[in-house]
Amino acid sequence: MQREMIERAKALLADGTVNRVIGWKAGEFDYDITPAVFTTAEELDAGFLYNDLCAANLSKYLIKESRKEGKILAFLKPCDTYSFSQLLKEHRIWRDHVYVIGVPCEGKVDVDTVKSKGITGICSMRCDGETVRVETLYGEESIKKDEAMADRCLNCKSKKHVVYDELMGEEGDVLDSHRFDMVEKLENMTPDERFAFWRGELSRCIRCNACRNVCPACTCEKCVFDNDASGIAQKAAVDSFEENMFHIIRAFHVAGRCTDCGECSRVCPQNIPLHLLNRKFIKDIDELYGEYQAGADPDTKPPLNTFTQEDAEPSVIYERGGNK
Amino acid sequence: MQVNNSEFKPKIVAFCCNWCSYAGADLAGTNRLNYPADVKIIRVPCSCRVNPMFILRAFQRGADGVILCGCHPGDCHYTTGNYYTRRRMTLLFSMLDYLGIEKERTRVEWVSAAEGAKFAATMNDFVETVTKLGENKRLEDLRCKEK
Repeated sequence: MQREMIERAKALLADGTVNRVIGWKAGEFDYDITPAVFTTAEELDAGFLYNDLCAANLSKYLIKESRKEGKILAFLKPCDTYSFSQLLKEHRIWRDHVYVIGVPCEGKVDVDTVKSKGITGICSMRCDGETVRVETLYGEESIKKDEAMADRCLNCKSKKHVVYDELMGEEGDVLDSHRFDMVEKLENMTPDERFAFWRGELSRCIRCNACRNVCPACTCEKCVFDNDASGIAQKAAVDSFEENMFHIIRAFHVAGRCTDCGECSRVCPQNIPLHLLNRKFIKDIDELYGEYQAGADPDTKPPLNTFTQEDAEPSVIYERGGNK
Repeated sequence: MQVNNSEFKPKIVAFCCNWCSYAGADLAGTNRLNYPADVKIIRVPCSCRVNPMFILRAFQRGADGVILCGCHPGDCHYTTGNYYTRRRMTLLFSMLDYLGIEKERTRVEWVSAAEGAKFAATMNDFVETVTKLGENKRLEDLRCKEK
């Protein structure tokens, strides 16, 4: 697939359709592959990568990239196309400055998941069909790919590309995922258990803002968390209130626009399952205001920008669920 | 320190929309209806003006309960404001509940300008609920606590 993508990118560069390409290149280690822009065929040959470790969602970069001269070629995975489509809907990307090639995705290997299975001292990683071979300081190990994938890929919502100019590989389908299982599990806990769970997770937050910076839905030029007068800008959270507030507001600001791409959890250096906050909003919206998948359809109205006269009253939350 | 609930006086912040609920509170006053003085009313142009951050900030600054009052759905002075409030606050309160923060501390009520009695009754009921819950511990900011 990688070879094919490079050839296609070179052809599009050569005939002048695009003047640069956004894709992935190797980082310091095999597993920290980073997004990169390539402008020549030589650069593509030297650095372009596409494998089961290329997890980054490239759609957010296109906001700035699409404002530059000429067209850019973007390789987007199915879940990236949802973010891309959502950004188009919000008029954040100049569509005629982007040439989208949809590329298939079989789920991405997540290094933190591998580490959590007890494999440490990782030197290099290679995905070989259904097995991931990991070379560590202590010898070679292998792990099944299913066990090396993060929650977002294990519960993949869709293999379908919602926007593209050209597609590589087969057209996929929307999948029946079990992505709300963990949210349900939390909902069925008692408030005390839930409080303890979230305190344990959120108290690790170091306010690095990576979740905000990577999120394709967080695209405000000026963020509420960068407001110096707010007293919460550019600093670590100092108490539980600030931790809670940051995460509630972060998730709330993308409610109804979050496509559930899972980037927030992927980039979190503290491995906080942030996607569970976003999924809670998605689940509530689905249950209360009808099924809604952000990014899936350019014509639907975002659930928080619309209403019906018959909407549930806020008191509905006092009645829902057993333990709540 | 053990808080003695019989002496505990909760601080309640009530966001009231200018057109209905604030007038409703006024009516409750002119009708000599009793409701606890622990309710601090903040007048907002429309219930829709209330940003989720306002609710959280109120808790941060020491509120034990936050209630949001607006015109009845369909009666908004700005036609549709409270419909947006309804969706927003449902999601926000559900999220607070999801994080394990007592959902009884937050409430939305629709109070029209003619419903002074409903305003007083709502506030009495809400204060009673929050008094039972006790001090807000789960969403407090120790730096903002009174010494």
